[in-house]
Amino acid sequence: MGRFLLVSIQLDMHDRLALQLQDDLTTRIAETGAQGVLIDISALEMVDSFIGRMLGNIAAMSSVLDARTVVVGMRPAVAITLVELGMSLPGVRTALDVEKGMELLTAAVI
Amino acid sequence: MNVAAAAATFPLTAPEHIVIVRQAVRQRAVEIGFSLVEQTKIVTAASELARNTILHGGGGRACIEVVLNGSRRGLRLTFEDEGAGIADLALAMKDGFSTVGGLGLGLSGARRLSSEFNIQSAPGKGTRVEIARWK
Repeated sequence: MGRFLLVSIQLDMHDRLALQLQDDLTTRIAETGAQGVLIDISALEMVDSFIGRMLGNIAAMSSVLDARTVVVGMRPAVAITLVELGMSLPGVRTALDVEKGMELLTAAVI
Repeated sequence: MNVAAAAATFPLTAPEHIVIVRQAVRQRAVEIGFSLVEQTKIVTAASELARNTILHGGGGRACIEVVLNGSRRGLRLTFEDEGAGIADLALAMKDGFSTVGGLGLGLSGARRLSSEFNIQSAPGKGTRVEIARWK
């Protein structure tokens, strides 16, 4: 994958783990010089304001490090709930699935 | 409103407990036949309120009950702490108001995700938030 980092969140994260992921990913972007980050949240059954904020932070931090972030695979029930909660993830690019997310990243860095 | 089953109480003293409460609420929501969207809404509301209990209340507990209203079944969740309490409830309920650098969506968002929402708090007296969601 050379230019991109792929992250698949596979478990219900507690808050400290979410912060750890945010820090680790930001460090890895700098270390690898990755131009894009793809975060697959298709296994997540819930995104609350804490995890939503983490996704926004990762997008903002990667942007500062000259990398694009795309969040893919959000379940419809999660999307409905997030918007009702009051979060629309401003600043976070999203795509329906991994394939479309990769297309978006590839197009963005060419 | 009648309680249909024994209440389950969970401690909320560490961030890891939020996950345990989320999973317990999900399990109850599945058991009483909530749709996937209903499950997700009540679990997300529970997550926000559980975090508030820990961050603002200095820890407390969550209580999960299956309730009946005529033939309707629902879930009632109660979050209680003996922390500092809230001086200005109207302000605390506003979108975007936070005292811990958060997004300020916890209370207001949880209210939007619930069918019923009730909060009692006073400075020095702790906080009690009760929500219900009906099937």
